[in-house]
Amino acid sequence: MGLTLLWLVPLLPLVGAILNGVLAGTLPRKMVSAIGVGSVGLSLAIAVACFGDLLALPPESRRVTQGLFTWIQSGDFHAEVRYALDPLGAVMMLVVTGVGFLIHVYSTGYMGHEKAYGRYFSYLNLFTFSMLTLVLADNFLLMFLGWEAVGLCSYLLIGFWYQRPAAAEAGKKAFVVNRIGDWGFLLGIFLIFVTFGSVDFATVFTQAPQRLAVGSAVATAIALLLFLGATGKSAQLPLYVWLPDAMEGPTPVSALIHAATMVTAGVYMVARCHIFYLLSPPALQVVAIVGILTALFAATIGLVQNDIKRVLAYSTISQLGYMFVGCGVGAFASGIFHLMTHAFFKALLFLGAGSVIHALSGEQDLWKMGGLKAHLPWTHATFLIATLAIAGVFPFAGFFSKDEILYQAWLRGGPLLWMAGVIGAFMTAFYMFRLYFLTFHGRSRVPQEAKHHLHESPNSMTGPLMILAVLSVIGGFVQVPILAGGQRLDQFLEPVFADAVDLAPAAHAASAAGAEVGLMVISLVVALMGIFVAYKFYVADPELPRRLAEQMRGAYRLVFNKYWVDEIYESFVVQPIYQGSVRLWERFDAAVIDGAVNGVGRQIERGAELLRLAQTGYVQVYALILTLGAVVLIGYLALR
Amino acid sequence: MTFTILGVPILTFLTFFPTVGALLIMLLPASKPRTVRVTAFLVSIITFAASIPLFTLFDSTQRGMQFTEQSAWVPSLGISYHMGVDGISMLLILLTTLLTAVSILASFSAITTRVKAYMVTFLLLETGMIGVFTALDLFLFYIFWEVMLIPMYLLIGVWGGPRRVYAAVKFILYTVAGSLLMLVGILKLYIAHHAATGIYTFDLLQLYDTPLDPGTQLWLFGAFALAFAIKVPMFPFHTWLPDAHVEAPTAGSVILAGVLLKMGVYGFLRFAIPLFPEAAMTYTPWIVGLALIGIIYGALVAMVQRDVKKLVAYSSVSHLGFVMLGIFAWNAQGLSGGILQSINHGLSTGALFLAVGILYERRHTREIADFGGLSETLPWFAAFFMIVCLSSMGLPGLNGFIGEFLVLLGAFRAWPLESLGPLTVGNLVSAIAAIGVILAAIYLLWMYQRVMFGPVTNEKNRGLPDLAKREFWTLAPVILLIIWIGVYPNPFLRKLDVSVSELLSRVHAQTLSMRTAPPALPPLIVPASAEGSR
Repeated sequence: MGLTLLWLVPLLPLVGAILNGVLAGTLPRKMVSAIGVGSVGLSLAIAVACFGDLLALPPESRRVTQGLFTWIQSGDFHAEVRYALDPLGAVMMLVVTGVGFLIHVYSTGYMGHEKAYGRYFSYLNLFTFSMLTLVLADNFLLMFLGWEAVGLCSYLLIGFWYQRPAAAEAGKKAFVVNRIGDWGFLLGIFLIFVTFGSVDFATVFTQAPQRLAVGSAVATAIALLLFLGATGKSAQLPLYVWLPDAMEGPTPVSALIHAATMVTAGVYMVARCHIFYLLSPPALQVVAIVGILTALFAATIGLVQNDIKRVLAYSTISQLGYMFVGCGVGAFASGIFHLMTHAFFKALLFLGAGSVIHALSGEQDLWKMGGLKAHLPWTHATFLIATLAIAGVFPFAGFFSKDEILYQAWLRGGPLLWMAGVIGAFMTAFYMFRLYFLTFHGRSRVPQEAKHHLHESPNSMTGPLMILAVLSVIGGFVQVPILAGGQRLDQFLEPVFADAVDLAPAAHAASAAGAEVGLMVISLVVALMGIFVAYKFYVADPELPRRLAEQMRGAYRLVFNKYWVDEIYESFVVQPIYQGSVRLWERFDAAVIDGAVNGVGRQIERGAELLRLAQTGYVQVYALILTLGAVVLIGYLALR
Repeated sequence: MTFTILGVPILTFLTFFPTVGALLIMLLPASKPRTVRVTAFLVSIITFAASIPLFTLFDSTQRGMQFTEQSAWVPSLGISYHMGVDGISMLLILLTTLLTAVSILASFSAITTRVKAYMVTFLLLETGMIGVFTALDLFLFYIFWEVMLIPMYLLIGVWGGPRRVYAAVKFILYTVAGSLLMLVGILKLYIAHHAATGIYTFDLLQLYDTPLDPGTQLWLFGAFALAFAIKVPMFPFHTWLPDAHVEAPTAGSVILAGVLLKMGVYGFLRFAIPLFPEAAMTYTPWIVGLALIGIIYGALVAMVQRDVKKLVAYSSVSHLGFVMLGIFAWNAQGLSGGILQSINHGLSTGALFLAVGILYERRHTREIADFGGLSETLPWFAAFFMIVCLSSMGLPGLNGFIGEFLVLLGAFRAWPLESLGPLTVGNLVSAIAAIGVILAAIYLLWMYQRVMFGPVTNEKNRGLPDLAKREFWTLAPVILLIIWIGVYPNPFLRKLDVSVSELLSRVHAQTLSMRTAPPALPPLIVPASAEGSR
């Protein structure tokens, strides 16, 4: 029963979006909430039913499709509006509808006083529809529709408070940077179509290993073009710059779009198209390298930021880097596993941050917080769980998933990659606990007038926090480590990645339970060290960070100013293009082309001036010319 | 056989009903502008309604022209009254009748002087436009082509802005320069046809088969192509467009962008290419090059404009570059995409001009810097304007994407013989052209941000009224089509299939006969005729 309703999973939120969009301003708030939350709730219920039905099928036939209509047909090209559910899609669908539903509920509290309440839910529902289309699409073109549509929703929601210039600017920046990535995605689709004569996943992925040799230029080109799209959407180097600015949007939006779901679309896409990456070892290496560089780069910036949401944003960029490391060593299931656990704890962190911001009437500066533990007990407890999870402390969800990526990096990427990952893990534990201590512990730095308003958030907000906290604790157990023999998520995803097995990069080191336990212990120790250092810096000896910053002035300024990447882009990319265009307009369009046109006009006018001289108005002159003409003509005819 | 309305064959009815309406309006008293406006609107809406059977009764499987009419006119010179449509002209006629009705509705409050003359001019313009799309006799075509210029000249020159005379003269000179060349071309073709067959005729379908030596073809194609390239406008013949747009009244801009530019595209499709297919092939690199420059150049220059209308005008140069690129890709996707994109451009850019007009009526300025923060008080306008901008920048799910995607895909797989190592020319061209899609997002969203977002900085922008009912209904049908074509473009694409495959087979047949050796690769381009003969 469930599977025949698959199409309703994305469609219900679309209906919600249209209703709330068209009727915005006329519906009472309760009705807006009912439509907005209800549509996603119903969609979640159907998604769960579909998942149940999928599990009931034998593993090898766990792929069902449902076609709605032909979208584009032209010559030999055609693309359907067709949804497909397979294990990978199912994981994504459950994350999107599940986390999405919780954040919709949370929003009824967080955005409760918002004037444009209907518009907000309309956008949020539209996003849910788009994201579900992205993950359930059965061909590249429909996926691209979802891909660009989530970008649109991101643009609309970042700029939700469009009266603030920074919000409007950030929205545009997000859209444009994403479009640069989408340029690659689009060309990748073209190349796929001319190579395979189809954009359907089933056709393309089955034919790829037959048509393309390992290491062929076409496979590399396709993989890298698609990956350019992924770096845009998933905020990787060099296209990550839009995500920190995206924090201008309402906090539930940051949780849903810029942490849990949309930004992971790039990881999903690489996992979905894994066959191209396996056919192209260089492209696979690029994925791993970009992933690890981004993970470290963003983590260093996260160490010193003072805005609670910005720290979380850099953390997201860094964690996405880890997911790409997983994919980049051929362990796609590990990347997806981390995607899932990250969706739980990062959504929780953002919603917790939102609860803090809500309590402080909009304050986001960590240095104006402190000691909030007593005032916000539920927020504090759940936030701590999420922080432990992202830091990778046993037995929270992040421990299992990050550890698996690090283990796979050791196995197939080598010790260097593993080492880099461990350094990143240390920084993660440090900056997350720095955030946690500065917010909840120590002396309160909250201004007096804000102190009176301090209050725990309503149930509609703390409820989702608790559910996400539970998921952040138990989420890791869907995939207990290899030594326990469990492998539940891996097994479930296996049919999707089955074709990858013989193409996957050879392991550098033999897989052994002993090695895994050893590595686990190391990374756990590293995480605890990170927490300890953060404790030392921000609780035990609060003067230490300032002294250290003084001592390492250069390095501190470099990371504090985010390596000046935005400034570099501005002066070496944006300004030259803008100034060049101005010059093109003024010096070429106006001066050269129009100059020539007006010049011709003037020449004609001047010629006409000369001719005008003949128009003397004296009949005698005309008669004279007439006679002369006749003489010349007759003379010519006579002498011919 | 032919569908008739009130006993008049449909194409004749559509062409001349607006003229009849114009005559009727002449009889109305000028002192009652409201009656004049409503009558004009009724005439245009009846014309639109009467054009719908063209779409519904059109047989997508039939080759050749449909709804044809032919009767002798000046038999001694081989001139006949020959009309007919294929999928391409049928869609363009519907676009024309729709945009005319929308434009007239949009003029209700914008035009307050010489209302009667304005409406008469507008309806005569419609006759000219529909005539151009229906004529199948070169003489008849040329008459309509010239007839159409005069009302547009008047619309700009009489009801335009402060520099209207400069703009109108520039418009007419550019266009006349082109059409005179075309006239010489038509006459030369007429004579050449007589020389080869002994028959004097202006009938297009007969002239299609005129045997011409390659040298003559090149000259004649050049003459036609220049006339049409000015009209499109292709870089570097575009500078009349921004001036004309800025000075024209809103409705004039809508028709100018929505329909008149399409005449250039249509000219290539109906005349220049099928009359001289070999020459069209020979000129391909030049036209593709100019189209590519136009895409990027138009977008970059659009980005730095300070006047919203100029921005939209330069964006048209970019968008029409996509159209030309698709056509000269010589494959099913490119051609269908190019044609669909010219319809899309008519809708999106027409709606953009309507939106600018709505702003202008409220603030009497088009300078981007004069606006800011309008979303607050104009929520409905903000939503419509946003959809239109998104359509123009090719967001999937809206019409612009379908056209641009097919064009870029067509270009990507085109020109397979010229190989650049592992890349083809088409790969590179498509990759560069796709940058235009990025730039479109920049110039449109940045404009939208400065006009609609941010705080209200100028007191005059406070408390502006949202869309009035009439304004809502001018935009709504266009928005509806923007979404329809984006979600379900197939009804439109199917109407084009046969026309596209006929055009392709004409071009490919010519060039294949020219070639001594078959193509080295089994071409990636599958002409639609090969598999689309359904």
